[in-house]
Amino acid sequence: MVDSVISPNAVEVRDLVKRYPKARTNAVDRLSFAVVRGEIFGLLGPNGAGKSTTIGVLTTRVRPTAGKALIAGVDVVAAPRTVRSLLGVVPQRNNLDRSLSVRQNLLFHAAYHGVPKAVRTARADTLLAQFSLTERANDKPEYFSGGQNQRMMIARALMHDPTVLFLDEPTTGLDPAARLFVWDRVRELRDAGVTVVLTTHDMDEAATLADRVGIVDSGRLLALDSPVALVRGLAGGATLQVTVETAGEHGMARLLARLGGLPGVQRCEQVGTAGEVRTLRLHLTGDAGALVARVVAAIADAGSRLIGVQIRESSLEDVFIELTGRRLR
Amino acid sequence: MTATTTPGRVRSATEVVQGPTWALMARSFGSLLRRDVVVTGKDLVSFVAQVFLQPVFFLFVFGKLLTGLGYTSSDFSSLLFPGLVALTATVTAIQATAFPLVAEFGWTKEIEDRLLAPLPLWVVAAEKLLFASLRAMVAAAVMFPIGIGVLGSVPYRAAGLGLLIGIGLLGSLVGACIGMTIGTFVPPTKISMAFSLIFTPLLFTGATQYPWPLLTHLRWFQIVTAANPITYVSEGMRAALVPSIPHIPGWICVLALIGSLAVFGIIGLIGFRRRAVD
Repeated sequence: MVDSVISPNAVEVRDLVKRYPKARTNAVDRLSFAVVRGEIFGLLGPNGAGKSTTIGVLTTRVRPTAGKALIAGVDVVAAPRTVRSLLGVVPQRNNLDRSLSVRQNLLFHAAYHGVPKAVRTARADTLLAQFSLTERANDKPEYFSGGQNQRMMIARALMHDPTVLFLDEPTTGLDPAARLFVWDRVRELRDAGVTVVLTTHDMDEAATLADRVGIVDSGRLLALDSPVALVRGLAGGATLQVTVETAGEHGMARLLARLGGLPGVQRCEQVGTAGEVRTLRLHLTGDAGALVARVVAAIADAGSRLIGVQIRESSLEDVFIELTGRRLR
Repeated sequence: MTATTTPGRVRSATEVVQGPTWALMARSFGSLLRRDVVVTGKDLVSFVAQVFLQPVFFLFVFGKLLTGLGYTSSDFSSLLFPGLVALTATVTAIQATAFPLVAEFGWTKEIEDRLLAPLPLWVVAAEKLLFASLRAMVAAAVMFPIGIGVLGSVPYRAAGLGLLIGIGLLGSLVGACIGMTIGTFVPPTKISMAFSLIFTPLLFTGATQYPWPLLTHLRWFQIVTAANPITYVSEGMRAALVPSIPHIPGWICVLALIGSLAVFGIIGLIGFRRRAVD
């Protein structure tokens, strides 16, 4: 009954546009998506794709040029204060209060949010334990490692019991153990009913952590689905990578044409060269195992020498590269 | 309808729809203030150094040493003292907003957590101004015992107490607003240059070391000085403490400071907003 009053979506973005003053293009360009309550939603995109700007709008720190952004049905422009009480933010850069101890960072954050004293003291103890910070509770965060800072920022963001938690590149620069720790905590939060929105350009993170992934580039949404569905839908089944030795560009063109023409091969591209040795990637529509023999025969027919064969299942990275390209930015 | 909130649960509609009440806002504001008090308490040494060293040396060299050597008359210390109280109040307030704002918006980003509190942005800015002014008032008040210690006695008039407090408060608030203007409009990379360009002229054109009405023979300097809000703090302090020295009437000082407060208050808040929201 209560839920019917408010939007079923934890986050909703409709035709969102952000153009910074003096910029020639839109940082966010008619972006629309919705995050369902209780899911982990990954916003995936190359550097400068508009991820952080989108998070900025949703967390009331960036004013949108056009369009709508809602948190639990509340408009971020019309009611920024209500929105701020609903969300927790873990920024990309360390913004902890260096003049305060770990515990004070948590307590003051809760106090700014009007959490009563008894509640915030109890909650700080729980979160300090949960994030393995109890022993360092009275230290200042000045000399903390990246992993400790990150744990502290997540604990701080949870102090006012947010409905939606935003994590901007939560594991960039963390060692594997710290990364797994953060992932575990994020899953626990989801299981406890918190909606999590994270930005990342770590494919592994998006694939293993997110329930759904939205891929953005140049401020636009290119695809949105579960990681599994994205991989299945866009990059086909699998890829076959072959390393061959071919003399001359002419021979190479012939080989590419021949491999590309094989039934079951969607596309063939060259992904690496070292002199005469070249690596080719074949995107397949069917089963890789069944095709290997024919590919090997085609290579021999074209007069090239086969050096290596590798079967690879497609990953989110393939989807990402296919959608956003290889260009450096 | 009143659903309870346990950590990590979806909240009830009433909780979501209602904005924070005034009481809640006052509590949050109090917490912001408490944070600054706690941090200052932890760093008392730098507070003392920043606030008192310069006036103590000023008083000692110009009020005591030069007078003792016969280069300045003993009247000079009663002219200088109100000026130094004025300077301490305004400069302390400027530093107490400008430095933290440059650092917090520029590189530590510490202010972000406060900007994400469920408060209107201007409340966060107002807390900065209020705290800086409190700090400046404390610094100005402590000038009196210091003055007695260094000079033996300082000018004081019970009849001028109201004006003294009023001018001190206005001067501190104006200083805090000037600091917010500097701290939000000057890019972090240019701050040291800005401080030499702004501070030095501000220090010497504020009628701290001379009475403004006697500058008639140096008209251009009198005009320049009239544009510096610190002049009205110095002159107002003189009106309160040593009315025998020529000074700008107290009510003009109060009006000029209210005007400066409006101008720099608005500019400072615009700057704060500009840095807080993209």
